[in-house]
Amino acid sequence: MNGELAPKHHILAVLVENKFGVLTRVSGLFARRGFNIVSLAVSPTEDENYSRMTIVVDADSAPLEQVTKQLNKLIPVIKIQELSPDQAVERELMLVTVKSSSEVRSQITELAAIFEARIEDVGYDAITILVAGRPEKLDAMSDLLAPFGIVEIQRTGLIALPKLGRRPARLRAVKDQPS
Amino acid sequence: MKLTGAQALIKSLEMENTEVMFGLPGGAILPVYDPLIDSSIRHILVRHEQGAGHMAEGYAHATGRPGVAMVTSGPAATNIVTPLCDAYMDSIPLVVITGQVPYSVIGTDAFQECDTVGITMPITKHNWLITDAQDIPRVVREAFHVATTGRPGPVVVDVPKDIAMQEMDWYWPEAIDLPGYQPTTEGHPKQIKEAARLMGEAKRPIIYAGGGILKARAAAALRELAEMTGFPVVTTLMARGAFPDDHELCLGMPGMHGNYTAVTAMQESDLLIALGSRFDDRVTGKLDGFAPEAKIIHVDIDPAELGKVRRPDVALLGDCRLVIEEMIKAVRADQDKKSKKSGSRWPSIEKWRNHLRDYQERYPLVYEQFDDGPLKPQFCIDQLGALSPDDTIVASGVGQHQMWTSQRWTFNHPYTWINSGGLGTMGFAVPAAIGAKVGMPERTVWAVDGDGCFQMTAQELVTASAERIPVKIAILNNAYLGMVRQWQEMFYQERYSEVYLSPDLPDYVKWSEAMGCVGFRVDSPEDVGPTIEKANEIDDRPVVIDFRTDYREKVFPMVAAGTSNSDVIIDPDTERLRGK
Ligand SMILES: Cc1ncc(C[n+]2csc(CCOP(=O)(O)OP(=O)(O)O)c2C)c(N)n1
Ligand SMILES: [Mg+2]
Repeated sequence: MNGELAPKHHILAVLVENKFGVLTRVSGLFARRGFNIVSLAVSPTEDENYSRMTIVVDADSAPLEQVTKQLNKLIPVIKIQELSPDQAVERELMLVTVKSSSEVRSQITELAAIFEARIEDVGYDAITILVAGRPEKLDAMSDLLAPFGIVEIQRTGLIALPKLGRRPARLRAVKDQPS
Repeated sequence: MKLTGAQALIKSLEMENTEVMFGLPGGAILPVYDPLIDSSIRHILVRHEQGAGHMAEGYAHATGRPGVAMVTSGPAATNIVTPLCDAYMDSIPLVVITGQVPYSVIGTDAFQECDTVGITMPITKHNWLITDAQDIPRVVREAFHVATTGRPGPVVVDVPKDIAMQEMDWYWPEAIDLPGYQPTTEGHPKQIKEAARLMGEAKRPIIYAGGGILKARAAAALRELAEMTGFPVVTTLMARGAFPDDHELCLGMPGMHGNYTAVTAMQESDLLIALGSRFDDRVTGKLDGFAPEAKIIHVDIDPAELGKVRRPDVALLGDCRLVIEEMIKAVRADQDKKSKKSGSRWPSIEKWRNHLRDYQERYPLVYEQFDDGPLKPQFCIDQLGALSPDDTIVASGVGQHQMWTSQRWTFNHPYTWINSGGLGTMGFAVPAAIGAKVGMPERTVWAVDGDGCFQMTAQELVTASAERIPVKIAILNNAYLGMVRQWQEMFYQERYSEVYLSPDLPDYVKWSEAMGCVGFRVDSPEDVGPTIEKANEIDDRPVVIDFRTDYREKVFPMVAAGTSNSDVIIDPDTERLRGK
């Protein structure tokens, strides 16, 4: 169980038609129905006609059932899967630039090594690190880097796919009868 | 066959059996208006694009066919935003074609450019910006399909001018390929059985019929279900006429201005069978006080409605007509099973029915018309109903006049009541009545309008005169924004703020005559009947009657905003006037 994400968040894997305006339709729907998005990541799938969105929804802002049902009404939305954290592979990417004088550089690289992070760029007095993992790992990393002085941080938001070898946690399609 | 995008668009509309469209041309849509000259489609030239949208709605509601409107870009597209939102709220199938600046200049703030797709995204079921003339037949086919199937609603097709002038190879798509749009129509058999079981156990059942009954053309099925079960029926503002008002099982309209029996029957019910209704806040009152003991069976074609407001005990996703037909079979099976077992079918609900009959006697709708006193709006409506054909179509605006009409008119046929329920759009009545009359030319069409509402879209009577569409308008002229005045009187200590309109500015008779209509004015009760009879005889032009009504009259019963339906306020004179 992912202690950080649950139970306040839901992860939705949303398969959509890869057409212009689809992101606006989805984000507009969230805004006007009062559903809060924690993070959202979009990219084309292996089939270029479709894109996959991974949307992390604030569970306090709306009942999940309403979110998925309203999303399903959007015509370019093909399929919605709710991924419960224990049945999905979830990762997020973070790029972080920290102040790094020569005295502390080795401390930072050591930290990076513990987190299996990569040094992507080194400047005169700063260093940019790439780290991948579950969101709480990224949180921990940025907490530990904070004392050195964070210059800039960019996170991708969560992406997720169902774990293999079992059925998706819950499949909610238009045809599902609400219980 | 090579066609221009514009020709393909008109041909596609013909392929969809469009017989009439409402619109007004301009720069960006000019290329599409050219092939219209050679088309079989009747075009009705409106005076304001809002009129085109509401006419298309009135047409759609009266005929069951999608309403089609066409306007140009920019200000014309924004003018039709209100009808789009109105149709979205009331699930009315509309296909609206908007012109757009050339695709090549989109995004440059070109003359009359506006982001129509962006603006209408939240108030349409779907919308399309055409980027290639070759797509036009496919998109038009999809547009009609989306507008008319599942939960109906409005769609917009935005057509850039250069795309309309582009050449394409004509085709007509055989099939529709929308993988993300597959509405479920048939209910789940297990749930249907469960619904029948609950119905068989109910002691105080109420059928809560909503607009979905009309959308699904399920009025006959509803009647069969009600008659075989003996369950009383309430019809919401959107469902008036879906069940005949003169039927002994009909309790009439529930909600904020519903009658006492309908409101209270729902409150006391132990089983609400919601058929195509959506637990709108104007029906439920304060939600946590609504029908506290009722189990809920909820049938709707839109999965998002099931559980949106009130969690159902049995949720039935599907088309109302198909589901009710299956329910009828399941009820019959359940009744047969029980009668075999115990000799009697379902337990009698006669006690409940008697209880409700008692309410009906004790709490009728009341008003008092003195022979020499001011004209009562209720009296005008009653006379209008009594003197017009049984299948008259009635459209209304929004306000007191709307509530009185919905409360008092005896609707015995489906599709005879056309109003703006969800959005509450003042100005709806005149154009909606025109659209209904275009679709149903053999029927008498009355609009009961408010003086405030009338002033918002009256110019469409010019359209009606020019196009020889003989609608009839009854203005209940109380010289006020009456409904707002009522709230200020009751909830703002009679501090009247900006609600006075004047009875004779404008002069409604002269104004109507200037627009090519016959105009009448009625001040006294004895003139009401004869004037209505005169108006009913005119069928070569529109007629307007300016009824000067009593501005003090209020709509009762009333459930004040934010209060529970159990605290419904009845007319203080109910006791005195009962039986009069
Ligand atoms: C476009 C629009 N503006 C404002 C309102 C708010 N409103 C609701 S009823 C009403 C008064 C309507 O006045 P009138 O048409 O004279 O009808 P009456 O209530 O007097 O019968 C108003 C202003 C509305 N519903 N629609
Ligand atoms: Mg008025």
